[in-house]
Amino acid sequence: MTALPFDSPETPHAHDMGQDTGRGWRITNRIVIYGLLVLFAVLYLMPLFVMLVTSFKTMDEIQGGNMLALPQSPTLEPWAKAWGETCVGLTCAGIKGYFWNSLKMVVPAVLISTLLGALNGYVLTKWRFRGHNLVFGLMLFACFIPFQSVLLPMATILGSIGRFGVTLQNAFGTSLGLGNPTVNLVFVHVVYGLGFTTLFFRNYYEAFPSELVKAAQIDGASFFQIFRRIMLPNSLPIFVVTVIYQFTNIWNDFLFASAYAGTGESMPMTVALNNVVNTSTGVVEYNVNMAAAMIAALPTLLVYVVAGRYFVRGLMAGAVKG
Amino acid sequence: MAFLEIDRLSKTFGNVRILKEINLEIEKGGFLVLVGPSGCGKSTLLNCIAGLEPITSGEIRINGRNVAGLHPSKRDIAMVFQSYALYPNMTVAGNIAFGMEIRGVPKLERDKAIARVAETLQIGHLLDRKPSQLSGGQRQRVAMGRALVRDPQVFLFDEPLSNLDAKLRVDMRTEIKRLHHRVKTTIVYVTHDQIEAMTLATKIAVLRDGVLQQFGTPAEIYNNPANMFVADFMGSPAMNLLAASVEGGSEGDVRVSIDRPNAPPLSLPVNGVGEALRPFAGRNVVFGIRPEALTDPDGADRNAHSVVEGDCLIDVVEPAGSDTFAVTRLGGKEVVARLRADARLQPGQTARLAFNLDKAVFFDPSDQSRIA
Repeated sequence: MTALPFDSPETPHAHDMGQDTGRGWRITNRIVIYGLLVLFAVLYLMPLFVMLVTSFKTMDEIQGGNMLALPQSPTLEPWAKAWGETCVGLTCAGIKGYFWNSLKMVVPAVLISTLLGALNGYVLTKWRFRGHNLVFGLMLFACFIPFQSVLLPMATILGSIGRFGVTLQNAFGTSLGLGNPTVNLVFVHVVYGLGFTTLFFRNYYEAFPSELVKAAQIDGASFFQIFRRIMLPNSLPIFVVTVIYQFTNIWNDFLFASAYAGTGESMPMTVALNNVVNTSTGVVEYNVNMAAAMIAALPTLLVYVVAGRYFVRGLMAGAVKG
Repeated sequence: MAFLEIDRLSKTFGNVRILKEINLEIEKGGFLVLVGPSGCGKSTLLNCIAGLEPITSGEIRINGRNVAGLHPSKRDIAMVFQSYALYPNMTVAGNIAFGMEIRGVPKLERDKAIARVAETLQIGHLLDRKPSQLSGGQRQRVAMGRALVRDPQVFLFDEPLSNLDAKLRVDMRTEIKRLHHRVKTTIVYVTHDQIEAMTLATKIAVLRDGVLQQFGTPAEIYNNPANMFVADFMGSPAMNLLAASVEGGSEGDVRVSIDRPNAPPLSLPVNGVGEALRPFAGRNVVFGIRPEALTDPDGADRNAHSVVEGDCLIDVVEPAGSDTFAVTRLGGKEVVARLRADARLQPGQTARLAFNLDKAVFFDPSDQSRIA
């Protein structure tokens, strides 16, 4: 804590002045450090604070008052309006529909990508095959592919899947969801997230004792029985890390959402929020916009609060203990 | 026909030959210990028997059936791992019952089997605990329980005691031996601890660099080591191996002469094995004698045929309670003698030591093989 260069007793200055001055230096250092930390924390939290207070103010108060002032007569009306009445493009039914859209897309995408990542990690560490490192390297490479470069090829693929869905629809009366924008987004996020989830689980399982797998093999457990009964129940920390990571990324994604589900009924929350802010009906309703933004941010916040303590623990696991 | 037979087993990994033409067999109810320094291939051999690692060539037969190529669970074996490998998410009872659960044994039967094993190993009070709530010794028992409940044809133990502290290790060693007497199942046991090997085994296989050095009963391995490696590896303190030159012509007595500091060389008659040593006349051999065969004249084995006494300069005296160890220099090497606890010795003094030549062995220094 005190290992700052100008804090060391070797400093000639500190020697000359004696011990009292040395302590004085130390206190000054502390004040500077904590002062800076507080300053940055305030800067960082300021936008959130403005959003929160604004979302509880009436329009009159916003137009007449100070941005940083606390609401004089706090009201939940902007929140209610954002949820149920505000206009997204031409429909004025609030953002609640889009909130559910996002949820319907995020939950399957997170679960599927996490489970597939776990399966990949399990195979890449406990059922090694020739060239497993190459496969892992390629999967890792997927983490570095920028979103933008996937955009057009993916659109082509989704188009083909959609046409196949139509064919199915005509032949059997059901498209199995192929071509549905929500299903498309789930597919895109699963594919894009696989690199990350595989990386997480592979590194976690690398440190997972192989003797457990051997013991289960002798006990007669099959490939999937070992995965389900031995690996998964002992993967809670990394499971939580992956879920938080995937949930945050997919929930917050705007690019894929606007590209593949940017219009119509299945639009996710992020796109809807953008449209709320862009829809102008004369006065810009800052309080409603802020409330809508807060609603859009709440699920990720909630995930962090509920599962956050596993996050650090899981990220550290395997890093220290081999 | 032996119960477990390992027939010309080889394993290569890439270009590395890990096991080379291993031949072993153990009778039903026998206790085979695979011993050797780390990296000698003993754990690999055990994993091959278990089916956890594929073999390159050769056969493994259990009760006449070639099991090479069979899935581990189809070989009718059970294994106890070095780290115990208890499933952390299951209770002790769950751990023991997991194999039966997978095989679809009904709940009632499983519970009966768990109770029976818990009774044998006295772990009944631990059944509802998770492995993380157990001590090292308790985990060890649970791991044995999981193996025991299968009632297999062969038990495989992979260094099961190496994670325990010294005192507990000795207790568990006795317990494993007692268990073996009771269940009379064939056991293959891997260890790097030669005392464990000696105390537990009915047969010992000494391995080094993937090659079987010697295979025999503990007494054979201890008294008649096949080469210098086995002689040096088995026994604690280790066998004294020192240079000696062979004297004698084409006829008459053969003697070996051993250098001493500040005295003329010690000349010992080796009539019992003279004929084997005669071709080496005028050359150096390695003379091997265990510390307990080099003792004070009063403590020498009275039934031995050939005990020769000689004066030796004592360097260091190490009283160990039950015995006194004395270090002297012979043939240019430090040599340990094992004397009675109350032997009066002073460092720097010359003492008379008795060489029990019945127990002496000779090796060819050029290839370390046994001469006699």
